[in-house]
Amino acid sequence: MDSTIAAILVQDGIVNGAIYALLALSLVLVFAVTRVVFVPQGEFVAYGALTYAALDTGTLPGSLWLLAGLGAAAFLAGLAQRRPIFGLALSSLVLPAAIIATSWLLVPSKPGILANALLSLAIVTPIAPYIYRIGFQPLAEASVLVLLIAAVAVHLALMGLGLVFFGPEGSRASAFSAASVSVGDFSLSGQALWILGLTGALMIGLYGFFGFTLLGRALRATAVNRLGARLVGIGTAQSGSIAFTLAGAIGALSGILVVPLTTVYYDSGFVIGLKGFTAAIIAGMASYPGAVLAAVLVGVLESFSSFWASAFKEVIVFTAIIPVLLWRSLRHAAIEDDDE
Amino acid sequence: MSVLSVEKLAVSYGAIPAVEDISLVVPEGGLVTVIGPNGAGKSTLLNAIMGVLPSRGAIRFLDRDLGGMPVEARVHLGIALVPEKRELFATLSVADNLLLGGFRFGRRHAGDELDRVYGLFPRLRERHRQPAGTLSGGERQMLAMGRALMGKPRLLMLDEPSLGLAPLIVRDIFRIIADLRATGVAILLVEQNARAALRVADRGYVLETGRVTLEGEAKTLAADPRIVEMYLGVASG
Amino acid sequence: MIRFWPILALVACAILPWTPGLPSFWVSLLNYIGISSILVVGLVVLTGIGGMTSFAQASFMGFGAYASAILSTRYGVSPWLGLPAAIVVAAVGAATIGAVTLRLRGYYLALGTMAVSVSLYFLVANLDFFGRNDGLSSIPPLMLGDYRLTDGRVYLTLVWAMLVAVVVATNNLLDSRLGRAIRALRGGALAAASFGVNTTRTRMLAFVYAAVLAAIAGWLYAHLQRSVNPTPFGLNASIEYLLMAVLGGAGHVGGAVLGALLVTVINDLLQDFLPKLLGQRGNYETIVFGMILLGVLQFAREGLWPHVFRGRVQRREIASAPPLNRRARPVGGSAILAVDHLEKRFGGLVAVNDLSFAVGVGEIVGLIGPNGAGKSTSFNLITGVASPSAGTVALFGQPITGLPPPAIARHGVARSFQHVKLVPGMSVIENVAIGAHLRGQAGALAAICRRDRAEEAQIFAEAARQLDRVGLGQLADRPADSLALGQQRVVEIARAMCLDPVLLLLDEPAAGLRHAEKAELAALLRRLRDEGMSILLVEHDMEFVMGLVDRLVVMDFGIKLAEGPAEQIRRDPAVIEAYLGIA
Repeated sequence: MDSTIAAILVQDGIVNGAIYALLALSLVLVFAVTRVVFVPQGEFVAYGALTYAALDTGTLPGSLWLLAGLGAAAFLAGLAQRRPIFGLALSSLVLPAAIIATSWLLVPSKPGILANALLSLAIVTPIAPYIYRIGFQPLAEASVLVLLIAAVAVHLALMGLGLVFFGPEGSRASAFSAASVSVGDFSLSGQALWILGLTGALMIGLYGFFGFTLLGRALRATAVNRLGARLVGIGTAQSGSIAFTLAGAIGALSGILVVPLTTVYYDSGFVIGLKGFTAAIIAGMASYPGAVLAAVLVGVLESFSSFWASAFKEVIVFTAIIPVLLWRSLRHAAIEDDDE
Repeated sequence: MSVLSVEKLAVSYGAIPAVEDISLVVPEGGLVTVIGPNGAGKSTLLNAIMGVLPSRGAIRFLDRDLGGMPVEARVHLGIALVPEKRELFATLSVADNLLLGGFRFGRRHAGDELDRVYGLFPRLRERHRQPAGTLSGGERQMLAMGRALMGKPRLLMLDEPSLGLAPLIVRDIFRIIADLRATGVAILLVEQNARAALRVADRGYVLETGRVTLEGEAKTLAADPRIVEMYLGVASG
Repeated sequence: MIRFWPILALVACAILPWTPGLPSFWVSLLNYIGISSILVVGLVVLTGIGGMTSFAQASFMGFGAYASAILSTRYGVSPWLGLPAAIVVAAVGAATIGAVTLRLRGYYLALGTMAVSVSLYFLVANLDFFGRNDGLSSIPPLMLGDYRLTDGRVYLTLVWAMLVAVVVATNNLLDSRLGRAIRALRGGALAAASFGVNTTRTRMLAFVYAAVLAAIAGWLYAHLQRSVNPTPFGLNASIEYLLMAVLGGAGHVGGAVLGALLVTVINDLLQDFLPKLLGQRGNYETIVFGMILLGVLQFAREGLWPHVFRGRVQRREIASAPPLNRRARPVGGSAILAVDHLEKRFGGLVAVNDLSFAVGVGEIVGLIGPNGAGKSTSFNLITGVASPSAGTVALFGQPITGLPPPAIARHGVARSFQHVKLVPGMSVIENVAIGAHLRGQAGALAAICRRDRAEEAQIFAEAARQLDRVGLGQLADRPADSLALGQQRVVEIARAMCLDPVLLLLDEPAAGLRHAEKAELAALLRRLRDEGMSILLVEHDMEFVMGLVDRLVVMDFGIKLAEGPAEQIRRDPAVIEAYLGIA
């Protein structure tokens, strides 16, 4: 292998790693705030990608009807949880209707990359808080393990729904920009620059949100001390809903960024999400900078293994967590009582 | 009008009753204390009023029935609890902890309120950048009280504020409690430290194995020999 | 009747497949239900009873299927020998995964197995050795002499006979010394560890056992299907098995069979129905399964089994048995426990500061103080739940500082818990029997083959004796969580006595007790002392300790405030101030 190939592989790895980093961040966030191991993260990647790809070709994406259906289900769940009906109708009935109407008007005219990306985010993101209200809020006091099984159940259902609403065919979208930047021997594609730029911007945005806004602080507070947060008036359901919304948006954005690079199928999201998990696990499900670093490592490891042993790249990436777990296991005295 | 009135409150853990048939009233601007030995159910009582624990019986706040209302909704009505374990946000700075205390107002009132709280607890101003987890026991108690005050409560409930604190700091804390009642907030104070609590309070209730066994003017209770017996376990016949 | 159910079931397995008019479609479905049930029984032990979640159960099934398929197809080994090979391969695989995840928090096992499952899938699908995506075909059938077991009806007998054997083996395992340890993992792990159970090893036992059952299922699958490929051993299959367990009732062996039956049948119906409804082909049943799983978690977390079959209280017969060995009793006069300059810091807080005291043989010492004085922390330091920042704890002059709870139990120190830690759902006497864990030796194999009955009889005779001694003998067969709090505290003392301790550590034994119950408890403790037991109790109830203890150690702000006989302590002005507050 010469240095040019190595440079390309590193570049590839970093670009993919940036996506995994976003996913890992939102996994750590959701886990810290709600104790849910957010397995369906990958479905949001797939939904985002396929929605954007459909808009890119000027067709209405199937996720619109999914949005409407899940909104209605969340409305019913909210009624059962005796939430105030006005806000409930606004967030779970009016909002999807508005998004569908906007799409209906805009899409046939192919409004361009930015509008398509924003519309995709608007379509996919609300699904996450709906899912939270339907699936997880009634289980808020359950153990981490029960929540994990629930997350797997949601993953299963969303993957099946993805097949219904997007069909079995894969999709790919055109790149955000055809330009590429050359530095000496190697060139960086426009899409790669978009990914790195947006990822960087989003991370700075998240840093600002958590560091400087009241709501961001409220989420951090919920993560450190649930009871303390309730005692200052931060509702568990409220912060859970916000965390899920962020995770849904991050997942959808990752999908939008990825779909010009590779063909995405309704079930592609899971493996991408699992790589985010690998990074999050390496970081101990707790540290944000650690998760980003681990994600970049995962990305680089993946691109090098796809060069040397392309058929086994997934095997190599997922087996990489074994030594990490071993190391954690040796450092960590056994905790006797489970976090029931 | 009373700020808080509790009638025939009962809480059980599974089949085991923790407190039974408790009725008490906190008048506007009043300072009421609930004293009693460890394990009598004092914390359980406060947690039930706050909605942390489910209970039977009636809890009314400013003539509003709180039945079934979640904790955060009670906070938004103006009830604050400083819990026995303080429940601070350990990794967040002192200033962030205080700011979150005012969560129910959004951000707007933070400036004035923050100054007021720093005025009450100058130590917190000195340490405002430090993570809450690095504070000493006394400072933690001050931060927990400061955080509760940031929400400008109509009713402040304090669960064993003197717990585990050195005598000098306990004096400080009780001086601040006396200052606070002068600002007009109604206070429900749960204490094991009976002498100090009865000195600052107007009225006291004595809780023993989940029931109110004595109640009356704080001064009268302070002189009652039965309290000493109860605490030190002298056989009372 | 109940005792002979396995024999009746075996007879049924041999006869029922030949029921006239049983469609061959149902024969095949029942074969798969039986195979799934075997795997899910393992998942019940692991998840429902042991509290761990694995997403690699289908992978372990694959271990078994591929092991036997490769040996018999490629190397001409008899398919029957494939079974032990399958078991060994899966056990080794599980032990490896378990070694890196089981010491960590619960979700690491789940996520680790998820990654391993995906990883194995791609590995097998890409290696020629495993036949890549196409897998292996023309696997030889099982043979009985010259008879080929290819008829679905004959195979049904084999599958369901294996299932009966697996259910019997699992019930045997759960009703044994190690089985009680597995059952204590969920919620009661600290209590089990305090009686000498090595919880990591117990988790490993459950994990390997579940993997072995999965491998048996895989072996049956391979020789029924006569071909294998990676898909049925992927992550989605593992999730489906988990669904079977949760739907059927993850806490019950019977729930495994119920769940396997329901999910297999529903799956079959949906695969016919949904594509017709939606007009195209696809795995639409996953939507319904996801929703069912979510619904079960929200509305019937224990699964369907407890709703269908009400558990009856079973009376355990206590046979007379020779007593268990006892450890040497300490001679009077010497100090049994010596705490020397003990210190514990949490960040900037000093919870325990320079604490020294001793407990003599046959003495009751009370460690008292107001709330937050550092009593509980001291107790945790002595029992190995936390390790001190400085200072030593010694038992008979031997240092035990910083040892983990099981090691301290081995030294003959037994404890009770401030918040009662009995295993809910397990009977009182079984809970008490956990106390005698270290006094038995029987392993998992002995338990499965019921070679542990003599020892079990001894353990239960001891448990019954201790229950009688504390006056709760008549409640032996009741579920532990159905008792009143006061009784549960006393059960904890009986459990502690089963360890044959030289020192009893009681954490707030009187908390939450009524007046009369306190008096009974005090009388019991006095009786134990008179029999030579040494007792250290942490209490805040002054009335309770006053008439009971020989000596009191009073703590405040983490330091020792006073030490001496009760009468003297009560008049100590410093103690009065600590309890009543400063004037």
